[in-house]
Amino acid sequence: MDVELRDIHKTFGKVRANVGIRLHVPAGTIQGILGENGAGKSTLMKVLSGFIHADQGAILLDGRPVVIHSPADAIRAGIGMLHQDPLDFPPMRVIDNFVMARGGSLFPGRAAARRDLKKLAAQFGFALDPDAYVDSLTVGERQQLEIVRLLWLGARVLIFDEPTTGISAAQKERLFAALRLLADQDKTVLFVSHKLEDVEGLCDRVVVLRQGYLVGEARPPYTTRQLVEMMFGKAISIGKRVPCAVGETSLRLRNLSVEDYRLKVRGVNLAVRAGEVIGLAGMEGSGQGLFMRAVAGLLRTTGGRISLDGRNLTGRSHLVSKRHGVAFLPASRLEEGLVPGLDLTEHFVLAEKKGGFFIDWEGGRALAEERIAEFNIRGTPASHVEALSGGNQQRALLALLRVSLRLLLLEHPTRGLDIESTIYIWSKLKERCGQGTSILFVSSDLEEILQYSDRVLVFFNGRVSPPLEAAEMNTDRLGELIGGKGWPEEEWVEEMTADG
Amino acid sequence: MTTEQILVGLASVLAAAAPVMFAVIGETISERAGVINLSMNGTILLSAMGGFAVAMTSDSLLLGFLGGMVIGALVALVVAFSSITLHQSQVAVGFVLAIICRDLAYFLGNPYVAQSGPRLNTAPVPGLAAVPYLGTLLFNQTLVTYLSFGVILLAWLWIYKTRPGLMLQGIGERPAAAFVRGTNVNAMRYLYTILGGAIIGLAGPSYSLSVKAGWMGTISGLDGIGWIALAITIFGGWNPLRAAFGAYLFALLQWLGLVLQSSLPNVPSQVLQVAPFPLMILTLLLVNIGNAEWVARTLAALPAGPRRVVTRLLRALRASPPAALGVPFESE
Ligand SMILES: Nc1ncnc2c1ncn2[C@@H]1O[C@H](COP(=O)(O)OP(=O)(O)O)[C@@H](O)[C@H]1O
Ligand SMILES: [Mg+2]
Repeated sequence: MDVELRDIHKTFGKVRANVGIRLHVPAGTIQGILGENGAGKSTLMKVLSGFIHADQGAILLDGRPVVIHSPADAIRAGIGMLHQDPLDFPPMRVIDNFVMARGGSLFPGRAAARRDLKKLAAQFGFALDPDAYVDSLTVGERQQLEIVRLLWLGARVLIFDEPTTGISAAQKERLFAALRLLADQDKTVLFVSHKLEDVEGLCDRVVVLRQGYLVGEARPPYTTRQLVEMMFGKAISIGKRVPCAVGETSLRLRNLSVEDYRLKVRGVNLAVRAGEVIGLAGMEGSGQGLFMRAVAGLLRTTGGRISLDGRNLTGRSHLVSKRHGVAFLPASRLEEGLVPGLDLTEHFVLAEKKGGFFIDWEGGRALAEERIAEFNIRGTPASHVEALSGGNQQRALLALLRVSLRLLLLEHPTRGLDIESTIYIWSKLKERCGQGTSILFVSSDLEEILQYSDRVLVFFNGRVSPPLEAAEMNTDRLGELIGGKGWPEEEWVEEMTADG
Repeated sequence: MTTEQILVGLASVLAAAAPVMFAVIGETISERAGVINLSMNGTILLSAMGGFAVAMTSDSLLLGFLGGMVIGALVALVVAFSSITLHQSQVAVGFVLAIICRDLAYFLGNPYVAQSGPRLNTAPVPGLAAVPYLGTLLFNQTLVTYLSFGVILLAWLWIYKTRPGLMLQGIGERPAAAFVRGTNVNAMRYLYTILGGAIIGLAGPSYSLSVKAGWMGTISGLDGIGWIALAITIFGGWNPLRAAFGAYLFALLQWLGLVLQSSLPNVPSQVLQVAPFPLMILTLLLVNIGNAEWVARTLAALPAGPRRVVTRLLRALRASPPAALGVPFESE
């Protein structure tokens, strides 16, 4: 179906999320919609799918104006959207999620639906178990469920909002293949992303949004420079790898072991020098999370020794290691890191831990203002953290950290952030390294691992490689190790002991 | 005890559980949609008094029950309006309503205290009532008890077997996801809250016109039942069949307390009266055992086949509240 958006305007209070956007997408096209966080991409897509009302503007399908006031209207018109985080029902089964929205009869007719589900899934090479509960699926599988569900409802326009965030490389390949197949079937595909490499490899054409405006269009062959300039209004370079001047050994792990009921991580030996950055690579759930939490003192180790600056921290709680300069920033910013409902001032007041029974609000606000300026956070002292964009939440988390740290543990420090925020966050982190803080970080972004680490630990199913020099690695080799290929049987163990 | 005595006793358990059942099922439906109707305790008293008053004045049992339903629906409407439209706390509003309705029932009910009024008789089902055992147990009951069976089954069928019922689950679980699937979430919440309230409103007249016929004001002995029903709703994991099981278990334990009191004179009667409560809690713990970390660890040691079976079983037993319970929904 041919989709045309005319003059779409949408404001949220003072924020102009969409300003006079015009976009025309013919059927059978994969249209990329590129823009940094907060550019207005999701807003535009939600307008098209009836999730929000535009203040002004028209939507034309196959040249005919249509009124889309609710998702129900959009579904009827053949428009379906996969939201940034899948809007499905986690505690319910796949089949129930699948049949739910279809109107008509009183009874869902699961038997027939099950056949349709299997047929549709097979078409795209998706393996979906109709009886599995959705909360046992990966994000990638939940997307697959949404795709077949929308097609079953008769969607001819499919919108994907940042679908590559949080899925594995293999799932991304499968997703892209599915999108190409959809386009071949003459469906209209709108693909939203802030990642250049996604758009470059996939889209037939790209438009770029910046601060609510549609600022440019491009067709293949794309040049990265041109897209980046459109996204940010200026050229940005990632910069060369800068190895930090590293100092004395600060963190020393000897034969560290940790396990939960699913996974065992055994005998890790590692000596980290002050100011060094160690990247932890591996597929989600290969043991990095356990390892991080053990080092942070959040999980009990089952063996081995942890010492920091010569001080034995084995078996000590996170409170103790915190006192000795260890900080842990978990992946889920809003669940474990920030307190939704509190504003920035309140966060800084909480983090300061000043003595005294009454709160010094004046001082708190002043401090918040200072940190907001220093960390370039788009917000005010009175902004609630959940209203900040992902990049700004991450900046806030960094701003909340104590000044002098010995060891900083980070999980996915830049997940979901655009390039500019990523670069900014890392410049701040490297600043800390310069002051002698060692960093251990988990990331599923291989480029990020290689770009910013001095050495890399690869995790595969609980196995841990010895520290590998990042400068001598490339993404291909790293990718293989992550996938479990090229692991020698015994000799690495020797090397590791020698190193520790 | 003879078999016949036991059967009659069990039949009385089914009958005694009927009013609680209406309250529990009504609350289950309301909470499935995401709205906590905390006014239940007051609603039951007010509808008991109102239903009795209407039936007495009109001399019509049917009107009495309808009156109770209308009262329940109106109270639920207040809950729905203040939470869905005015975005007020469901807990605060519900709690205040529970108190107001109770006091209102005592105040307005004064003229009807200890009056004689109509009472529902048992209505043996022709043919079936003569079936050995089952006849005594199930088919020699009042219409209210039959209705309570029907309500359990219908609610269960609706929630798990029909398409709108699936969406009802969805609305309480993740309203935004229900919304993108084309549902008018707030309209549905109004509908189910009011429907649930009407069913809760059946509980009162079931007492005052059948199980404990009459209106006795403050000594009616109905105060507190709503709170117990609320606990059973949670125990029932928002599933009508499990909730029914909970309500019957509770009524059974109470009956056993009475029966045992005569055969165990040494045990203080308070122990037997209170015993149902800790027993309910114990059952609740057992049912939710699948949540425990050590269970997950034990399961991980099993081979894949049996593990899947056991996991699914525990999964089916486990209950967690609708995720959006008490959370207002606003489309952008
Ligand atoms: N529901 C909302 N209420 C207030 N502001 C919003 C809302 N949704 C989006 N915004 C704001 O509109 C702008 C565009 O947001 P969005 O469309 O989500 O950007 P993108 O998807 O490109 O990252 C941002 O500044 C965001 O904070
Ligand atoms: Mg977005």
